[in-house]
Amino acid sequence: MTTLKTTPLNAAHRAMGAKMVDFGGWDMPVNYGSQIDEHHQVRNDCGMFDVSHMRVVDMKGEGVRAFLRYLLANNADKLTLPGKALYSTMLLESGGVIDDLIVYFMNENWFRIVVNAGTADKDIAWMKKQASLHAPQLDITDHPELAMIAVQGPNARAKVWDALPGSRELTEGLIPFSAVEMGTMFIARTGYTGEDGFEIMIPAKAAPFFWATLAENGVKPIGLGARDTLRLEAGMNLYGQDMDESVGPLESGLAWTVDLKSERDFIGKAALLANPPASKLVGLVLLDRGVLRAHQTVHTAHGDGEITSGSYSPTLEKSIALARMPVNVAIGDTVQVNIRDKMLNAQVVKYPFARNGKAVISSS
Amino acid sequence: MSNPSNLKYTASHEWVKTESDGTVSIGITQHAQELLGDMVFVEAPAVGRSLKAKEECAVVESVKAAADVYAPVSGTVTAINGDLDSSPEAINNEPYSAWIFKMKPDNAADIDALLDAAAYQAVVDSEEH
Repeated sequence: MTTLKTTPLNAAHRAMGAKMVDFGGWDMPVNYGSQIDEHHQVRNDCGMFDVSHMRVVDMKGEGVRAFLRYLLANNADKLTLPGKALYSTMLLESGGVIDDLIVYFMNENWFRIVVNAGTADKDIAWMKKQASLHAPQLDITDHPELAMIAVQGPNARAKVWDALPGSRELTEGLIPFSAVEMGTMFIARTGYTGEDGFEIMIPAKAAPFFWATLAENGVKPIGLGARDTLRLEAGMNLYGQDMDESVGPLESGLAWTVDLKSERDFIGKAALLANPPASKLVGLVLLDRGVLRAHQTVHTAHGDGEITSGSYSPTLEKSIALARMPVNVAIGDTVQVNIRDKMLNAQVVKYPFARNGKAVISSS
Repeated sequence: MSNPSNLKYTASHEWVKTESDGTVSIGITQHAQELLGDMVFVEAPAVGRSLKAKEECAVVESVKAAADVYAPVSGTVTAINGDLDSSPEAINNEPYSAWIFKMKPDNAADIDALLDAAAYQAVVDSEEH
């Protein structure tokens, strides 16, 4: 048996009654009680997530921007204000997705990147290899010693301000999708739930005290189970499920994150231009009773598709999914999902399904 | 919550209660519902269906996962619990009241051969260690 990796908050989770699971090699809380209650807690009030398994990577030196312009499918030139963040994919030459990430522009000599836990080592190796070829002067350093706590929900910012003296003055004017440093902490107005809130990086040693302080201020801990249903309702992709190295961003609902207009070259661009997408990602709402799950086959008049993420939506009280489908499938179509050899009806919808506490689903 | 001593159990985490009319009610145990988490959907077998012991015959789905429910003995389905269509969470709240289906065993003596509460607890303990 291999030893699971732990975050600095492992003991805190156990003390709070978390059910711990092996999450890609990490010992993480899946829930602390009812996963559905935790989901509603975030949509209606606020909750906190331990996302310390994600990895922070700093790129420093002259010419970081020029390197990122080539490394990422989204265009780092969109980042003009210090602190501003950009969501992007990082592609192979084939156009397949190595990972999705957030890059923060701090100054011309420092960009900070947050990557997924399961892909972190692969990502950093790729970044270093590309830098050795195109920007050997750069210093690329990852920070596994940084913990990360996401506080999300309509009341999340106010709760953080209560818990963290001085943070209000610093972050009240912070626009969505941007970040600011506060001492050894890094506070970003970002998240993975479709709600307002912060993602806060903090040195590992200080994380348990901050977590406890948030709890004392009434912030409930939320497990990775609710994190998954929240992000699915918000229509946010999960790497390894909704996209991976075998598909491109245009087939993963991420065309909005790929800049093909500017003249700049980037890794994967030639492949994206040469190969029009063979499929697309759409939302599904199950019309019959049951639960949509990843890998179920979807039958359509235009050929078969496959569910990439599916679950029960606590906000809609229906089952919802993201599905990779033939390009001619249209919003509003009724399709059939094979669930245990029964054909159940589902409607193709435009996602997100829910954001800011409300259902926002659209079938037209 | 301990496992009621008046019920019988299977190693696949069903509980079996003998009713006064000779049928048996079947549900899933406290341990099983705790592993699965919040229930959102229950698919019961059709009334009148003939089942073999250990046959997959129902499905319970939580937010997290789907799990098969197995017939504890051979017999015929006589009733299903329609309340679970609108309130699947009853399985989480009261696992030993929220029956999923009832069946008439082909051979009543088969029930006696199932696990008692202590033997079932030993199965749970062995899975946890």
